[in-house]
Amino acid sequence: MSHLKNLKLKVWRQKGPADSGRFENYTIDEISDEASFLEMLDVLNEQLISDNKEAVVFDHDCREGICGTCSLMINGVAHGPQKATTTCQLHMRTFKSGDTIVVEPWRATAFPIIKDLMVDRGAFDRIIESGGFITAVTGGAPDANLIPIPKPVADAAMDSAACIGCGACVAACPNGAANLFTAAKISHLNYLPQGQAERHKRTEAMVETMDEHFGSCTNHGECSAACPKEISVDVIALMNKDYRASKFKNRKELSR
Amino acid sequence: MAGVLSQRGSRTSVKAILMATTSSTLDSKREPVTATAIGTRRKRPFLLDLYSTAVGKKYVMAISGIAMMGFVLFHMIGNLKMYMGETALNHYAEFLKELLYPLAPKGVVLWILRGGLITMLLLHLHAAWSLTRLNRFARAVKYQGPRDYQVAKFASRTMRWTGIIVLSYLIWHILDLTLGVVNTTGTNGEFVKGEVYQNVLNSLNRPVVAAFYVIANVLLGIHLFHGAWSIFQSLGWNNPRFNTWRRGFATAFATIVVVGNVSFPIAVIAGIVK
Repeated sequence: MSHLKNLKLKVWRQKGPADSGRFENYTIDEISDEASFLEMLDVLNEQLISDNKEAVVFDHDCREGICGTCSLMINGVAHGPQKATTTCQLHMRTFKSGDTIVVEPWRATAFPIIKDLMVDRGAFDRIIESGGFITAVTGGAPDANLIPIPKPVADAAMDSAACIGCGACVAACPNGAANLFTAAKISHLNYLPQGQAERHKRTEAMVETMDEHFGSCTNHGECSAACPKEISVDVIALMNKDYRASKFKNRKELSR
Repeated sequence: MAGVLSQRGSRTSVKAILMATTSSTLDSKREPVTATAIGTRRKRPFLLDLYSTAVGKKYVMAISGIAMMGFVLFHMIGNLKMYMGETALNHYAEFLKELLYPLAPKGVVLWILRGGLITMLLLHLHAAWSLTRLNRFARAVKYQGPRDYQVAKFASRTMRWTGIIVLSYLIWHILDLTLGVVNTTGTNGEFVKGEVYQNVLNSLNRPVVAAFYVIANVLLGIHLFHGAWSIFQSLGWNNPRFNTWRRGFATAFATIVVVGNVSFPIAVIAGIVK
């Protein structure tokens, strides 16, 4: 175990949604290379508190890379430089002694800053809400594997379901688009037999709710590169195809 | 709802049930529109409704892009006639005016094609303009620190700029070789309609114009390099069977168009075509 010395931090500080905010510089004299990025921020906050200053506000929860609560734009990359890793699972060994690290919140009109590095990702909830629910038989617990699903289909659905809704795709997208998130959520259910009954209603509603909050896709692929769960842009193509089909099918259903 | 259920089975009631359940989102303005919303939806005629979403606009981008890609490719292939001499090129130009003649009067089919292309260009421009506006709204406050892009290519990052430059080149190109307004400036000889070969030589013998043609066509190639790939994603043409070919197709298409188009000014300047 070794230590990193003399880390310079440039952290975005913003008192509230209305404040204009600015970068502030801090120094971490010494930190273990086994500390996670958030633990490093904890150390910074302890320093700030002992100096009678206000601690830096940031989102975090499970700290094991599965909840999607942590965010942070680290040196201009969502979730920092390590591929397929959330900020909480990013460790200080990725950096070197004397490095300057720039830490900024996600930036999108749909993700207003609450304070410092914490943003409101409620717009994602609006998309999920508009998707509604799937029809499921209630009653006694169903037998396992009651509905046979081909293995490749189950795998593809699982790859989409891996989305933790952290918002890195929106943060990384040069257009502030939420296509990867929405497409992951849509394809997760659209792949599976359980999702077929509401497939077209769900797709149309979710795409159009996404449209109310976010930008448009120009196929850079930055979202997928930033995604801690490595969700492929293939799901965006599926969403585009399903949206087209949904527009026509829903219209046809209405005319019956 | 009780009234709807009591009439179950009749034609209207099915529609009513659908209205009440399936498509409450289709017929009314969606509620609630929250504080972070940057747009609201209202009821529009079907095609306009489709076009009103970003995904729909990308469809228009892709389809108009395909139409213009077809034009660019055949324009390049047709221009290769230049290497077969004056008569071949001028005859080809005459052939374009006589498409489907005598079924249609001379020039009619050409004008229909031109009308289609102008429509496609306008749709492409409008979609690009409104999507750019949407994207600006979607990140009103930019990142204050430097961004470090991971995979976004130069081509995809500069689509707007290459597009605008290619558009201005297109306007110049029409003024130069279709209308002949800027063709004769500082050269030997007059612009004569139909004398395509001589007009091209007159134009491209000006080194500055030749350089402009080369630069504009390279930028067109960069635009196509991203656009021709992007089409597949926007139209939802994604399949493991051909996904690996999409990048190759775009690269090959862009290369073929650029090599063909850039060869003309170079050949004229180098004196290969006289």
